[in-house]
Amino acid sequence: MMAPTTDVLRVEDLSVAFQTRGGLVRALDRVGFTVGAGQTMALVGESGSGKSVTAYAVMGLLETAGRVTGGRAFLGQTDLLATPPRTMARIRGRRIAMIFQNPRAALNPIRAVGKQIADVLLRHGGATRSNARDRAIEALRAVGIPDPARRAKAYPFELSGGMCQRVMIAIAVAARPDLLIADEPTTGLDVTTQAVVMDLIGAMARGSGMATILITHDLALAAERANRIAVMHAGHMVEEADTATLLARPRHPYTARLIAATPTAAGSLASLQSVPGGLPDLRQADRLHCRYAGRCERRQDACDAVLTMRPAAPGHAVACWNPL
Amino acid sequence: MRAVLLRLAGALPTLCGVVVVTFLLTRVLPGDTATYFAGPTASAESIAQIKASLGLDRPLPEQFWRYGVALVHGDLGMSLTTGQPVRAEIIARLPASAELTLCALILAIGIAVPLGVAAAVRQGSWIDHICRVVATAGVSLPVFFTGLLLVYVFYFRLGWMPAPLGRLDAFATPPHAVTGFFLIDALLARDLVTARAALAQIVLPATTLALFALAPIARITRASMLAVLGSEFIRTARASGLSGPTVVVTYALRNALLPVVTVLGMVFSFLLGANVLVEKVFAWPGIGSYAVEALIASDFAPVQGFVLTMAVLYVLLNLGIDLLNRAIDPRARRGA
Repeated sequence: MMAPTTDVLRVEDLSVAFQTRGGLVRALDRVGFTVGAGQTMALVGESGSGKSVTAYAVMGLLETAGRVTGGRAFLGQTDLLATPPRTMARIRGRRIAMIFQNPRAALNPIRAVGKQIADVLLRHGGATRSNARDRAIEALRAVGIPDPARRAKAYPFELSGGMCQRVMIAIAVAARPDLLIADEPTTGLDVTTQAVVMDLIGAMARGSGMATILITHDLALAAERANRIAVMHAGHMVEEADTATLLARPRHPYTARLIAATPTAAGSLASLQSVPGGLPDLRQADRLHCRYAGRCERRQDACDAVLTMRPAAPGHAVACWNPL
Repeated sequence: MRAVLLRLAGALPTLCGVVVVTFLLTRVLPGDTATYFAGPTASAESIAQIKASLGLDRPLPEQFWRYGVALVHGDLGMSLTTGQPVRAEIIARLPASAELTLCALILAIGIAVPLGVAAAVRQGSWIDHICRVVATAGVSLPVFFTGLLLVYVFYFRLGWMPAPLGRLDAFATPPHAVTGFFLIDALLARDLVTARAALAQIVLPATTLALFALAPIARITRASMLAVLGSEFIRTARASGLSGPTVVVTYALRNALLPVVTVLGMVFSFLLGANVLVEKVFAWPGIGSYAVEALIASDFAPVQGFVLTMAVLYVLLNLGIDLLNRAIDPRARRGA
């Protein structure tokens, strides 16, 4: 058992729907999880499982076609989903920040990186016009960028992908947020840079007690970096547990399949197994029942009932009518 | 600075090409200068005499050689209709055209860019629809028509504007020439009455031209803003909680301006063409109307001078746009 920590973010029954030409897509259905201070929580799942949508919904950054149809997301005492946009803009960057994959594209191509950090410091970090530049250089130094005074004047196209991600992290943590959401932060970076970037995020979190949500499709990365792992499938949260438990004793068939599909240093390529089937069509009415049933070998008649997360053990929840 | 000189040197072949083509075109076009000036009753002898005096009886290569040599000395030839040197006339008339075109361009940018930005930020709202209507109307109405319509409504019907008879009405004296722009010269001379009069004269023709230029600028601003607003770094800016104005102006608009600036160059060249008609409608004493009159009279020298002036203007304009692009985009700076 881990020592109890204060919850930084508590998401309850979050549902999101997208209005598309083909009809209403229920991208998220009653998703819930909590992240404690200083903890790293990994949201894991294949593409289209709703990991990023969860993050965008919490940030209040859903594209216009998307709509939160239910639920709450408490950051401390504040329900982010009930917060007006203007107030949200003050919370974003200050109390909850986000970094993205493809860092070069995520930075303004025609603004010097130092200025981009200074913009955030001026907005949230209490910097003044006169000291914003120095503090931006300081922020660059803090993320381990060599010769920060010179790099502050550089544009994203003059920096490597790893450097750009460091700048991105500097922007995100500039105002010392309570929560950092890292959306596939290492995708597209080479392996050594990946490790460096993840180490940096870890160091930043430890330094300030910041909570981290790591969004990734890479279960191995999650296993290495996260305290807890929440597995998502087709807009449902299917299993949540601390990392060791989840990897050792997965209860949901999908989690077990994911683990079998994850390469390890010791295992051979031939031992890898793919998860059979694809994601179901989310346009069908409601889809409150199990969305994995169509690809599941353990399916039974009971699976047609409405699905909810249920505790499988203390600190271990699973959404399955016939768990392993 | 080096880049500027290189660019100017690079434009020299273009200008030489323009010189050759205009020379040939004016010779190939129907209409015989000598016959035109000799008048309808002239005999074949007198026509031949005029031809000889103008050097038109010589072979084309020799004519071109003499034209080229004169050009190098800054001599654009004489206009046969007015009897004045072309260079002097173009220099006298160019500020009128430039003042009109620049006023129109500034007016168009001042309206079209905010309109395009607003249309992109509030996509599908009433302002987006206004933007679409303006853009469609701007491209579908010919300039001489909008010009005449404005004259009819604001001069003839409402009487709010002075008669469309040039840069100043007949009783006013033009301000002492410093820049050649009446508005600026009058203000420099602290002559508010003349400045007002010049302003009143330029409002309608500048509006006519601006309406024409509005459409492409507004459209490209809207499209470019939409593309930039959907890009990843705008998402980052929003995720960092930057305020709405910072996101839209500092982050989105500056990026969106890159294609707008490029399109401005094209719009400017359209305007130079449209100028010719607008100057006619408003009796504006610019180089456009000068060139049209010369063309009708088969008066070669002014036409050649006009085309060459336009080509030089266009080269300078493109240079300016390049420099502007470099100022906005650091990636362009590093390229050269």
